[in-house]
Amino acid sequence: MSLAVRASPITTEHYLIVAGLLFTIGAVGLLVRRNTLIMFMCVELMLNAVNLTFVAFAKEMNDAHGQAIVFFTLVVAAAEVAVGLAIIVAIFRRRQGVTADDVDLLKG
Amino acid sequence: MDARDVLDLIWVIPTLPALGAVVLLLFGKRIGEPASGWLATGLLGLSFLASLGAFGALQSLPGEERVHEYVWFSWFAGTGGFRVDFGFLADPLSITMILFVTGIATLIHLYAIGYMHGDPRFARFFAYLNLFVASMLVLVLGSSFLVTFMGWEGVGLCSYLLISFWFERNSAAVAGKKAFVTNRVGDFGFMLAMFLIFSELGSLDYTTTLAAAPGLPRGTVTAIALLLFLGAMGKSAQVPLHIWLPDAMEGPTPVSALIHAATMVTAGVFLVCRAHVFFDLGGAANDVVAWIGAITALGAATVAIRQNDIKRVLAYSTLSQLGYMFLAAGVGSYGAAIFHMVTHAFFKALLFLAAGSVIHGMHHEQDMRRMGALRKLMPITAATFIVGWLSIAGVPGLSGFWSKDEILAKAWFSDITGNKVLWLVGIVTALLTAFYMTRQVWLVFLGNARWDAVLPAEGDHGEKLDDVATHHQGHVTEPHESPFTMTFPLLVLCGLSIVGGFLSLPFTDPNLEFLGHWLDPSLEGAGHIEASSFLAGLGLSLVAIAVGLAGIAIGRAMYRRGLPDDLVDPMEPRLGRFAKVLERAWFVDATVARAVSGPVTWFANLLADGVDRKVIDGAVNGTGRAFRELGDGLRQLQTGRVRNYALAIMLGAVALLGWFATRVAWS
Repeated sequence: MSLAVRASPITTEHYLIVAGLLFTIGAVGLLVRRNTLIMFMCVELMLNAVNLTFVAFAKEMNDAHGQAIVFFTLVVAAAEVAVGLAIIVAIFRRRQGVTADDVDLLKG
Repeated sequence: MDARDVLDLIWVIPTLPALGAVVLLLFGKRIGEPASGWLATGLLGLSFLASLGAFGALQSLPGEERVHEYVWFSWFAGTGGFRVDFGFLADPLSITMILFVTGIATLIHLYAIGYMHGDPRFARFFAYLNLFVASMLVLVLGSSFLVTFMGWEGVGLCSYLLISFWFERNSAAVAGKKAFVTNRVGDFGFMLAMFLIFSELGSLDYTTTLAAAPGLPRGTVTAIALLLFLGAMGKSAQVPLHIWLPDAMEGPTPVSALIHAATMVTAGVFLVCRAHVFFDLGGAANDVVAWIGAITALGAATVAIRQNDIKRVLAYSTLSQLGYMFLAAGVGSYGAAIFHMVTHAFFKALLFLAAGSVIHGMHHEQDMRRMGALRKLMPITAATFIVGWLSIAGVPGLSGFWSKDEILAKAWFSDITGNKVLWLVGIVTALLTAFYMTRQVWLVFLGNARWDAVLPAEGDHGEKLDDVATHHQGHVTEPHESPFTMTFPLLVLCGLSIVGGFLSLPFTDPNLEFLGHWLDPSLEGAGHIEASSFLAGLGLSLVAIAVGLAGIAIGRAMYRRGLPDDLVDPMEPRLGRFAKVLERAWFVDATVARAVSGPVTWFANLLADGVDRKVIDGAVNGTGRAFRELGDGLRQLQTGRVRNYALAIMLGAVALLGWFATRVAWS
């Protein structure tokens, strides 16, 4: 028996669809989850979805600028992760929990 | 040095007393009692010497060139062609003014050193006095309406400070306020006049505006003249803005003398003379000036005969004499107005300072019913006061006779409508003047001694000064003559009151009629009023002399023996009910008070409560409240929950995306 695999090439559209799915998953996760750590991971997901579109378009347009921007994004994301995790750790130490809705001291 | 170079130094004259005021305000306490008074007097004396220098310099110029403008600095150089220089105008009019202002003010300063002895605010008093004179000098020397106005306001401020100098006494504080507020009514007219002049002529300079005035429409000129006269009425206390002057007696006597003789009240007459072109051109304005002057002269003289306070008699007398000056200005004889202003300054300063000397010697007694026979105890004061009395009563040869006679003659021979009636009013006033001054002399210096008499109950008098007098009921201390610093100015002023009339004798020779000819360059175009014949002039003089002597004779007949034991004025039964009317000054004050306490207060309350508090405050507070409530509402958006913000960002992003998408679709 042969697995009938229709050899069809993976096109830019596929990448964009995946990126869109990833972004949506991230966005929905960010909105519905209350655990700060999970929310944080969702943000990363959204970031990387965007990275994926950059790379996809770089290939499509045959332009290296898109890839260069991804490196920037990665660097900035790394820095952001360092700061963000530090904040989360600090919140945890103080409150014994990282539920986002509990942190509303800036309420107007 | 050229005469014009000397006149360029004219800024020194107001600066010296202004400097004195600054120094005394800052270091007065440290300088101490006699020294601060001498400093103020000395600086003003220097200012007088400088004025003499300016007079000499101006006189050395040929007649028609005797106008010199010195620009000190550029004051305003705004947009729209608004440009005013802070400059001084030296011409015969302003030099005449500064000569007698500085001269008489110096004597009054000297007198005040004695009079204010022992006052806890001695230095401050002299600071105010100096500032007062400095303001007056700026007023008369100013080269434009605005510079004059600055001095004008300074004089108003200083009069407030000085009238209410003894502010511990409520009546003094009230009198100061009254003077200030009444003056503001006049200032309002002055300001409107300035606005009108600037909008019509584009300048406030005297030389420019007075030269351009004939080109204006007649109605505009009349309006300007009347508004200027409203200002003059406030400062010079003409009916109905005269009510502040009698109350101004609450100030220390040197202040009264300064206000009545040298500064303040002469400012209005000066303004009319300075801006005489507007009055010459503006038909009806002249009549208004003359008639207001005549009404004030007669009205105040009638009131003066019924006053018992030694200073109030003189206050109403000043009103009356100022009326004469406006009468002269109104008939177009500005020279006569200035002449009377100068002689009046001499004898009124003398009378006030002598009255102050009496008050000082009587230990602050001001009621004439408790005086009498002071001649032997205060010989110098009595002798000088008597000279002042003869002068104001118009006894031939003394200064008051010449100037009053000139005004009456000019009124008779002028071509103004009703000139004979104006003359009649003047002559009746002269009769009353001679009478009330005679009454005062007999009540104070001659007649019987009533020093420890008990005043009858005052009832509903409402005379504030009586409260002061009653404090001293029953004193038995002997009256005494005043110290040298007080009698010396009296003697000088006494001399001036005798010879002052020779400044301008009624003859056409320029050496005899010095003042009239000297003032000509300043009063150009005012026209001369000449007697129709020498005999007519002589006849009028004889009538005036007869009337003056008659007034003295009536007064002597009535008060030769002083007052009876019950202190009832022998005039009272003869006047009947009318006595009360005159005593209360025709009820003008009461009427104004009623108007102010009634509708004016109601209207002020309406403005304060209805308009200011509700509309204006309401608008401000309402704006504040609206934004506060808006903020309260918007605050709810700030939940502090990070997920809400994330949602908002997301929705925003979607909205933006949607907008871009639709744009792309439409294009």
